[in-house]
Amino acid sequence: MLSIKNLKANIDGKEILNGIDLEIKTGEVHAIMGPNGSGKSTLANVLTGNKSYEVTEGEILFEGKNLLEMDPETRAREGMFLAFQYPIEIPGISNATFLKTALNEIRKYNNQPELTPKEFLERIKEKAKILGLDDTLISRAVNVGFSGGEKKRNEIFQMLMLEPKFVLLDETDSGLDIDALKIVSSGVNVYRKPTNAVLVITHYQRLLDYIVPDYVHVLSKGRIIKSGGKELALELEDKGYDWIKTEELEAENA
Amino acid sequence: MNNLEFKNIKDWYLSGFDLFEKKLNGESKSFLHEIRKDALLTLSSLDFPANHNEEWKYTNVSPILKYNFIPAVNSILPKFSKKEIEKFLFSNFDCHLIVFINGIFSEELSEIGALPDGVIAGSLRNIVKENPQLVNNYLTRLSKIDNAFNALNTAYSFDGLAVIVPDGKVVDKPIQVLYLNSSGDELILSQPRNLIIAGKNSQVNIITNYCGFDQNLYFSNIVTELYADENAVISLCKVQDESHDAFHIEKLQASQKSNSLFNHYSIGFGGSIVRNDINTLLDGENTETHYYGLYLANGKQHVDNHTFIDHAKPNCMSNELYKGILDGNSHGVFNGKIIVRHDAQKTNAYQQNKTILLSKTAKIDTKPQLEIFANDVKCSHGATVGKLDESSEFYIRSRGVPQELAKSMLIRAFANDVIETIKIDQLREQLNHMIFEHLHRVEIHNQ
Repeated sequence: MLSIKNLKANIDGKEILNGIDLEIKTGEVHAIMGPNGSGKSTLANVLTGNKSYEVTEGEILFEGKNLLEMDPETRAREGMFLAFQYPIEIPGISNATFLKTALNEIRKYNNQPELTPKEFLERIKEKAKILGLDDTLISRAVNVGFSGGEKKRNEIFQMLMLEPKFVLLDETDSGLDIDALKIVSSGVNVYRKPTNAVLVITHYQRLLDYIVPDYVHVLSKGRIIKSGGKELALELEDKGYDWIKTEELEAENA
Repeated sequence: MNNLEFKNIKDWYLSGFDLFEKKLNGESKSFLHEIRKDALLTLSSLDFPANHNEEWKYTNVSPILKYNFIPAVNSILPKFSKKEIEKFLFSNFDCHLIVFINGIFSEELSEIGALPDGVIAGSLRNIVKENPQLVNNYLTRLSKIDNAFNALNTAYSFDGLAVIVPDGKVVDKPIQVLYLNSSGDELILSQPRNLIIAGKNSQVNIITNYCGFDQNLYFSNIVTELYADENAVISLCKVQDESHDAFHIEKLQASQKSNSLFNHYSIGFGGSIVRNDINTLLDGENTETHYYGLYLANGKQHVDNHTFIDHAKPNCMSNELYKGILDGNSHGVFNGKIIVRHDAQKTNAYQQNKTILLSKTAKIDTKPQLEIFANDVKCSHGATVGKLDESSEFYIRSRGVPQELAKSMLIRAFANDVIETIKIDQLREQLNHMIFEHLHRVEIHNQ
């Protein structure tokens, strides 16, 4: 579904991604872990098309299409979704307006008819229930006055509403208490299907207790330096990132 | 007639007074006529403001002075049907409707309906005729002539809105006032003279709506006097949607007695040169004043908002939020003056001006002007100028929303903290609609 080859990117002339290779197939959940400054957020931003980041080399194919040529809205319409680390507040625009606009733009692109108000409302109710959200949320302005946890939950709510093919969770666990973490994770697990895929970007292992990955990759200095199964995450939690770096250094010296 | 016959535009306006007096007939016997004649004298001694005048530094009024506008009383009043004025009205809420055509009251088009006992809402001209002592104590006493424009308004004062709410009366329904302007063969000078008086413990909510037909060139030159007696609550929402060729100047002079509350909203869309002076004297303790402003401009529009809050007494609170959305080659001016007088201890005064520039060629001159003579006060001011936030735009687009629509959402979000303070839901929605219409942008309908 997603194929990243030798991806290099910088921001303000500073090289952050230093040649990333990653293959994600449908039905898979991948996790990218790494210390601060390793390039995790840059990777997320490049994937969704933030133009502050410049791709200098490599390619990204999403279902065989060149992702780097698409603007952010086209990526979303093709089925990509980023759950933001810092969701934006939009005063004066209700969640309903926001989601209906987004949903209908995506449906239009895919030659699907607009949802009727009734269908839209039913979908809202169904998805809100999964996350234990109050129905009144829908008439509130997007993220305005939401706590950090509520914003993250709203990201997952948007994801469920828009039904993307591929989801990127960018540090979704940061700032969440354990209860919120469980709710957010259960939302992602409901979404998980053999036909779609998830990439979890996180600093800590604890989110992966609830969203269990098939593959774990360790990012350091803009490169994936180690890949493995879900047990790699536990090992990292145990030994810290220095363990990997030392191991890598030894490998280089050998 | 053309301008060449007159050495300057002032002579043109002075010369029209004879005809004006003839048109007045018996109405020239009233107390008001003495005021007019005094104002005419004052006008003859004043020059129209120029840029070297600090108060008019960023606004060049010379385009207004190029035309020989004819006071509406001296011209033929156009006739409109109820159907024709419908599209200018704010609809779907209950109100007392008062209509002025070129500043002159239209009985046929107004639907004032039943008002609480003793409350007057309608034509100033009628009140001056029927009950002169009622307005004599206020009219022209609140607003002193301080420039040639309001001298001109006073000299030709003839009609306008009169709202007089006696002590203890509450007007439940809002009063909607439509000022519709239209120039035919003659270029019209429309000069409403408005007087709003709220007695002790009274409440009233007024929406004034200044508008005109597209591509009509005219000049709206308005003076509004407003008096809030002790414990009165007044809300005045001004919507300015004049023709894009028109000129619009209003001076509002308000005076508040103790424990009164005055909310002023100024939502501006139209006009080629617009100047608002919004002055409030806090003439009693424990008053509260809110100024909310939102102005949009594109093309070559010039919009100048001068606000002034005069903290003359202790323990008063004023709060001001003015926001501008400027596109094209438009030019905005904001001058927010606050004086805290020597005796006005425990004053709280806040002011904010925020501007979004949607184009590289739009510009704003923004200037806070705080003069504080008391020592125990809390005052703050702030001004920001910027573009639409790119990270917010990215967030919206990453949900599949096209760029132009994302921008519209952010414009609405920016306008929201002014618009949301308006308490009538239907008015709020219609104003949101006007925002997108005026910026020629894709509209966001809230669910």
